Order: sequence, then structure tokens, then C-alpha cells
Amino acid sequence: MSLRSPLGRVLGFGSAHDGVRHWWLQRLTSIALVPLSVWFVVSLLALPSLGYATLVAWMSQSWTALLLILLVLSAAWHSQLGVRVVVEDYVHGPGARTLTLVLVGFAHVLLAAAGVFAVLKVAFGAPP
Amino acid sequence: MPTRPLSPHLSVYRMSRYTLATSIANRFTGLALSLGLLLLVYWLMALAGGARSYARATHLLALPIAKLVYAALIVAFCYHLVAGFRHLVWDTGHGLERAQSQRSAWLVVAASLVLMLVIACRAWLTGAHAP
Repeated sequence: MSLRSPLGRVLGFGSAHDGVRHWWLQRLTSIALVPLSVWFVVSLLALPSLGYATLVAWMSQSWTALLLILLVLSAAWHSQLGVRVVVEDYVHGPGARTLTLVLVGFAHVLLAAAGVFAVLKVAFGAPP
Repeated sequence: MPTRPLSPHLSVYRMSRYTLATSIANRFTGLALSLGLLLLVYWLMALAGGARSYARATHLLALPIAKLVYAALIVAFCYHLVAGFRHLVWDTGHGLERAQSQRSAWLVVAASLVLMLVIACRAWLTGAHAP
């Protein structure tokens, strides 16, 4: 039996005014991060060294670059969703909360963009 | 700001409970991994800047204190990964009985400890990893 009112079911957003979007995206990004993060850790451990030449050669492989980009994007997204909940829990007062959430959002977009940019730059040929 | 009580009601929780410990550990390791993302992007940007910029960054990344950070990140990664599976199982509606979640709490701690040991041993063995 559903406890939701017919109107609530039609609007579908509940008390958070956002429905299950946040919850669902957190799950999706977490599932994506399982293979991506495990791949990243295993790859780092398997590399013969973490020297510049080794890393550039590694990142110049198409699959490495592609997976690194997916890792950065899903990690930034998942991190933003998680940090957002922490802020909502502990930063009170509408002004401070909104400001913190905006800053957290900008910081994560910056991280995601910088990460993707860096991977592409190395993959397409970093300066010697 | 409303005067009614707002969740989370930290003052009414029994702080010694495994439920609280595993939950807050998941949150703290998540926050630590957010800082790890910052480090990852710094590392990638240093690589993108070329050999000299990477050499400059490795001065910082090879500091003894950085090793502590990596150790903390390994702990955070292992715990958050395993605890995340527990949450995904809960999301299917399973394992929510008190005895079950108590058991899974220990399972999460044990499994993440094993994972930490495996990664730490591997990283130790290939100690030549320092760039």
C-alpha cells in the first residue's frame, strides 16, 4: 500500500521538492564508481613506476584516458551529492547554507572540468 | 532559522552504537575521498603541465606527510567502497533487521580491513613507486 496522496503521486516530488532524484543519482554514480575506482587503484599499483614518462605513456592509451575521464566525472558528481547532504545537515541558516552549496557546486564543476581537461591534454600530447 | 528540532539530532543519539559508528565513518571517509579527488585533479593537472611541472608537484607529493595522506586515502577508499555495498543492499530492502545490520557492520569492517591490507602490501612491495 502506498502512503502517498494522489496529488503527491502526481507531483512526485515529496517534501524535498526534488523527488528521489538526489538519492537515485547517488546510487547510479556509486555503481559507476565501483568498477572505475577499482580499475584506477589496480592500474596505479600495476604501473612499473609513477614517473612522468610512464604515466604519460599510460594516459596516452585511449582506454586509459576514457576511463580516467569517466572516473573524474562520476567521482565529482558523487562527491558533490555527498557533500551537499553534509552541508544540508550541518550548515544552518538559509543564507549560509545556500552560499555554501553554491561554492560546493562551483568547486566540483571546477574539479570535474580541470580533471577532464588535464586527461585530454596528456592523452593528446602534453608538452615534452 | 526554525526553533523546532532539526535532524540530525546529534544530542539524542546513543553515541556508542555500531549503527552510528558505521554511518559516521561512511560520511567521514566520503569527505576524505572528496579531498582525495582534489589531490587526484592536482596530480592530473601537474601531469598536463609537462615534465617540469610534474617534477615540481612530485616534490610536494613525495613529502613524508603525503605518505600519511595516501595511507588515509587507502583506508577511506576501502571503507567507503565496502560500506557502499552495504547501502546498496539496504536499498533493495534486505538486511535491515537489527541482527542482520549488526552482522553486516562487522562484515564491512572486516572486509575493508582485508582490502586495506591487500592494497597496503601491494603498495609496499612495489615501494619503488616513488617517482
